[in-house]
Amino acid sequence: MMVAETVLEEQVVYARPASLRDVPTHYCPGCTHGVAHRLVAEVLDELGIRERTIGVSPVGCAVFAYKYFNTDGCEAAHGRAPAMATGIKRVRPDMVVFTYQGDGDLAAIGTGEIIHAATRGELFTTIFINNAIYGMTGGQMAPTTLPGQYTSSSPAGRDVETAGFPIRMAEVIAGLPGAAYVARRSLHNVKEIMKAKKAIRTAFKVQLAGLGFSMVELLSACPTNWSMSPPEAMRWIEEAMVPYYPLGDFKVAEGVEALLKER
Amino acid sequence: MAVELLKGNVALAEAAIRAGVEAYFGYPITPQTELLEHMAQRMPELGRAFVQAESELAAINMVYGAACAGARAMTSSSSPGISLMQEGFSYIAGSEVPAVVVDIMRGGPGLGNIQPSQADYFQVTRSAGHGDYHPIVLAPASVQEAIDLMVLAFDLADKYRHVVLVVADGLIGQMMEPAELPPMRPLRAERPDWALTGAQGRAPRIITSLELDAPALEEVNNRLQAKLREIREHEQRYAEQMVEDARLVVVGYGTAGRIAQTAVRQARREGMRVGLFRPITLWPFPERRLSRLADRVDAFLVVEMNAGQMLDDVRLAAGGQVPVDFYGRTGGMVPVPEEIYEAISALYRKLPDSARWGE
Amino acid sequence: MARGRIEINEDNCKGCTLCTIACPQGVIVMATDHPSAKGYYPAMFVDPEGQCTGCALCAVACPDVCITVYRQVPAKTRPQEAAV
Repeated sequence: MMVAETVLEEQVVYARPASLRDVPTHYCPGCTHGVAHRLVAEVLDELGIRERTIGVSPVGCAVFAYKYFNTDGCEAAHGRAPAMATGIKRVRPDMVVFTYQGDGDLAAIGTGEIIHAATRGELFTTIFINNAIYGMTGGQMAPTTLPGQYTSSSPAGRDVETAGFPIRMAEVIAGLPGAAYVARRSLHNVKEIMKAKKAIRTAFKVQLAGLGFSMVELLSACPTNWSMSPPEAMRWIEEAMVPYYPLGDFKVAEGVEALLKER
Repeated sequence: MAVELLKGNVALAEAAIRAGVEAYFGYPITPQTELLEHMAQRMPELGRAFVQAESELAAINMVYGAACAGARAMTSSSSPGISLMQEGFSYIAGSEVPAVVVDIMRGGPGLGNIQPSQADYFQVTRSAGHGDYHPIVLAPASVQEAIDLMVLAFDLADKYRHVVLVVADGLIGQMMEPAELPPMRPLRAERPDWALTGAQGRAPRIITSLELDAPALEEVNNRLQAKLREIREHEQRYAEQMVEDARLVVVGYGTAGRIAQTAVRQARREGMRVGLFRPITLWPFPERRLSRLADRVDAFLVVEMNAGQMLDDVRLAAGGQVPVDFYGRTGGMVPVPEEIYEAISALYRKLPDSARWGE
Repeated sequence: MARGRIEINEDNCKGCTLCTIACPQGVIVMATDHPSAKGYYPAMFVDPEGQCTGCALCAVACPDVCITVYRQVPAKTRPQEAAV
């Protein structure tokens, strides 16, 4: 008599998303730009919108984001991505448009552009990478640099008396009527990364549903310019950044709640 | 189409609409605001895009975005706003997408005033932003010409995938004149084959002005310069009057050229052999024709509403063959024909007894 | 019996170590003897006892999308076997 035996077969349970080109990135070891890219790409795949997506790259470390996303893309001047995205979306409302911006791009030189795009309720999605430092230029103070944080342009630590306080952009944008969904998530461990992906997915769904402007701020690691190992950098996000930049949904406009409940 | 009485700014706006502009982005600034206001009314009526931007910087970058998506897009402003747009011009030129910009020039520097001026000549013709290029610059001298050049601007922008500026001043912008608008063109049905339309069934397209590799960026520049040479070869435009036997040719564009025309006619009545050369393209500057005139005239008199900017281009075209004199007003002052006439006759009296070419 | 395994693209790995922290089974270790072409010591999958469950947490943590995850799942039962 034969004993019933469970036959197993091997399946791929995780592979590179189609919306991310199969090329190595220029990012430093442990930099979580790569994670953010992958999450956006996974969401584009899952929503089936890669072929109608236009990405707008910033100036900063992610300046070559257009080389990594397997979508149409363009490169904005420093801080102007929301204006460029406005131009694209207004003439192609059938396209899915997103900007991918760092803290210098979005919270310093491009503050005007992001605030007004959000307040107009432009129907695009912004992925905002907050790593509390200027990466590409080599570690200068960012608008989001924490009080006391050492950078090459705040060598004695950020002195809020002279350099002012770090900006909490998610809270700022959430205060604008045109913003439909604004969230802050972190990329410092697997659990938070999964939550970040869900928020990114919600943000794109908000765009698809035409509910208004959507933005996800992601606390991101810059081990190189923080002078930390990648694991130390992840701990620093958790212990230093999260207390100043609380995680959560800061704006859930009418109609978005239903999207949040979807898986 | 019938001739109607049209204000310059409104005529420019309506001409752009009829030329097929799909998207307008702008920020109010005197003396061009009527253009924006006309767009605010008409564009939504026609189901086209209109956004009042938060700044000129944002406006030009919205134009950049819409242009990348393959739409005919434009903005308009006046001198201080054009200064803010310089960044965007450079990116648009560097990534070779078409865009049209109207500059209704006013007195400067700084906040200056809102009176008519031509003080932007350098900032629009020399580079219009950082880098190494010239935009195409068209300068109308009447409301009718503003309409015609507005339509041409879109065609040139598309043909060369380049920035085209239409520069006038508050006088042309605010003036009402009889003019005829062109018929409404249908909007372009197809997007250009370089535009961002979503990577459906094709490889992704990228529009960027970034190239870190120096030899590759030099190649980009070589291509851009080749295009500019082609524009220089084919697009020089000008109007001239009474230059056939002229010993003295007055050179002026836009409003200054128009006022100079009255002075030139008066000089003719007084028996002086004076002609008028009016550049219509400020870049490419109509140097070929002007160089030929320099072979036989005895002098040029450049008239501008600035301290002498196009003067440099006329001197270059004259190649040191003949004296180039200058008469200009600044600060938003508009010269009257009499003062230009005085400048003409003063220079004419200094000409040698016999002409360089036959009587 | 192994229920999962991973493949690491060593050429793209920058040796950040984040996957080793993410792995609940401790079956990813950093190479110490062979740097990659880029000069990083890449992560390696070392699972002699077949502890990997194919949970994919390493791939979620990886900033460089170097990890492909496989898992063994029950195959769809074939009719003739069902008949046995």
